[in-house]
Amino acid sequence: MQERYKNRSKIGGKIVKWIFFSCALVSILTTIGIIFSLLLQAWGFFSEVSVFEFLSGTRWTPILKPRSYGVLPLVSGTLLVTVIAALVALPIGLATAIFLSEYAADKIRRIVKPILEILAGVPTVVYGYFALTFITPTLQDWLFPDMLVFNAMSAGIVMGLMIVPMVSSLSEDAMISVPKSLREGAYALGATRVEVALKIVVPAALSGIVASFILGISRAIGETMLVTIAAGATPRMTFNPLESIQTMTAYIVQLSLGETPHGSLEYNTIFAVGLLLFAITLVMNILGQFVVTKWGVRY
Amino acid sequence: MITSSKLFSRSKFTRSLIGKIFYSLFFAAILTSIGGLTILLFQVFSDGLPWLSLDLLWNYPSRHPEQAGLKSSLMGTLWLMGLTGIFTIPVGLGAAIYLEEYAVKSKLTTIIEVNISNLAGVPSIVYGLLGLALFVQWMALGRSLLAGALTMSLLILPIVILASREAIRAVPLTYRDAAYALGATQWQVIKNVVLPLASPGILTGIILGMSRAIGETAPVIAISALVYMTFIPSSPMDRFTVLPIQIYNWVSRPQDEFRGLAAGGIIILLVVLLSMNTIAVYIRNKYQMRSND
Repeated sequence: MQERYKNRSKIGGKIVKWIFFSCALVSILTTIGIIFSLLLQAWGFFSEVSVFEFLSGTRWTPILKPRSYGVLPLVSGTLLVTVIAALVALPIGLATAIFLSEYAADKIRRIVKPILEILAGVPTVVYGYFALTFITPTLQDWLFPDMLVFNAMSAGIVMGLMIVPMVSSLSEDAMISVPKSLREGAYALGATRVEVALKIVVPAALSGIVASFILGISRAIGETMLVTIAAGATPRMTFNPLESIQTMTAYIVQLSLGETPHGSLEYNTIFAVGLLLFAITLVMNILGQFVVTKWGVRY
Repeated sequence: MITSSKLFSRSKFTRSLIGKIFYSLFFAAILTSIGGLTILLFQVFSDGLPWLSLDLLWNYPSRHPEQAGLKSSLMGTLWLMGLTGIFTIPVGLGAAIYLEEYAVKSKLTTIIEVNISNLAGVPSIVYGLLGLALFVQWMALGRSLLAGALTMSLLILPIVILASREAIRAVPLTYRDAAYALGATQWQVIKNVVLPLASPGILTGIILGMSRAIGETAPVIAISALVYMTFIPSSPMDRFTVLPIQIYNWVSRPQDEFRGLAAGGIIILLVVLLSMNTIAVYIRNKYQMRSND
């Protein structure tokens, strides 16, 4: 009886192992699925519009006549919002991380960390609502009377606020792993707290901090609902943040909402834009990991 | 002997002044985040509270703001989360168990691990496009709840796998050794020792993954488009809408009344998410206390 039980569980164990292995394979299949579905669907687009025309054209009017399929206005719109978001999120995120890792007492950390977690968990439609109904009217009243209702600046500022928790928590992790001995060495030489923070800890944690910046920016590039709601739907090459623009992600949403028939050239544009978006964020994510693993110092 | 005046080029007074300036800058950064969140919440509640009513929960969407409600989108969200949970929990748990308990260090294991962390960084709208091509078109599921739930599962799998792995890794090796010493097979060890001890952490990960899914809008728009739903889905093959899409729909209308409705919807969404997160944190803390016993 005992023997039989043992045998059964041996075979059973193997089956169980293969079931678990196939679960882990789902993640690989997901990546393959993303690449194939984007490539195959974009193929229909690129058989009619050359890759060069797509990547170098400066007019994006796939739905209106005369049709033009230059993606640069969407790329520049994405870039504009991302730069504004980075200008807000990187300094605030880094400063938050320095404060939490080098200055804050446990009591303050216990208050600030959950607040950052809430900030990270707020859905992006809510941030879109906030940008559209609060930030834009406030900026119009106080600073920029010419600002349009839909504009890159409000979306960028709120997106910055949204990304702060990501930048700060990744940077803080990097700073916390800097050994205490380095700090104590600097204190022993008479350095002040800010000197230890900025000249010892930040340089020692630089790879992790840079990675947090790269991943934060990548997140901003892929963010969708906030820019759909607050930044507008006018693909335009401009670097004036008070104007309405359109990002790559917002275009995909705009077309998904319409009644464009499946399989048409207009419809396949979303996969071409999606492929470009996926490629950009993938390169940035790999770069972020590379910075940590190859360039970073392990203590 | 090196004196401190040689080590530091500035006078002590300047250095301590710089220290104070930077301290206030760092502190101001924290206040900005907290202030931003406070204003956001205040804005949402002051716009939305007058619109909170049973009608908002229990009516179908309508062209007349005073009659409009969230019934179809709330039910859609419930359906979507239920189905997403059914797909995500076994697969995520299985993948985590494989990577922590069975996988040997190999090229394939490394590829799987790197791949999972890369997937966590893929923009959610790209998952929407994957679901649109794979589930809606090729597998001919149409713009159905099932297609939406499968897409959402792929989206939150990395979160659930990463959290479950951490929970499983936190189970002390000595527990496993003790069970093996008593003659248990590997599967028995996992089933009777590792999983029960790791379950609070796994549960926390699942709740966090689900709360991410509840707030996701973009991939669901790619799958379901914008439907005007005046019925409740009754099978996984039905069309559907979800809470954040209804909120988006209202936000994008110019009339103030609809903005108020949107804020009301946001309050409901935030209350749901905050209570889920609170439960997750509660489970995490209770578990930590128990392991200290």
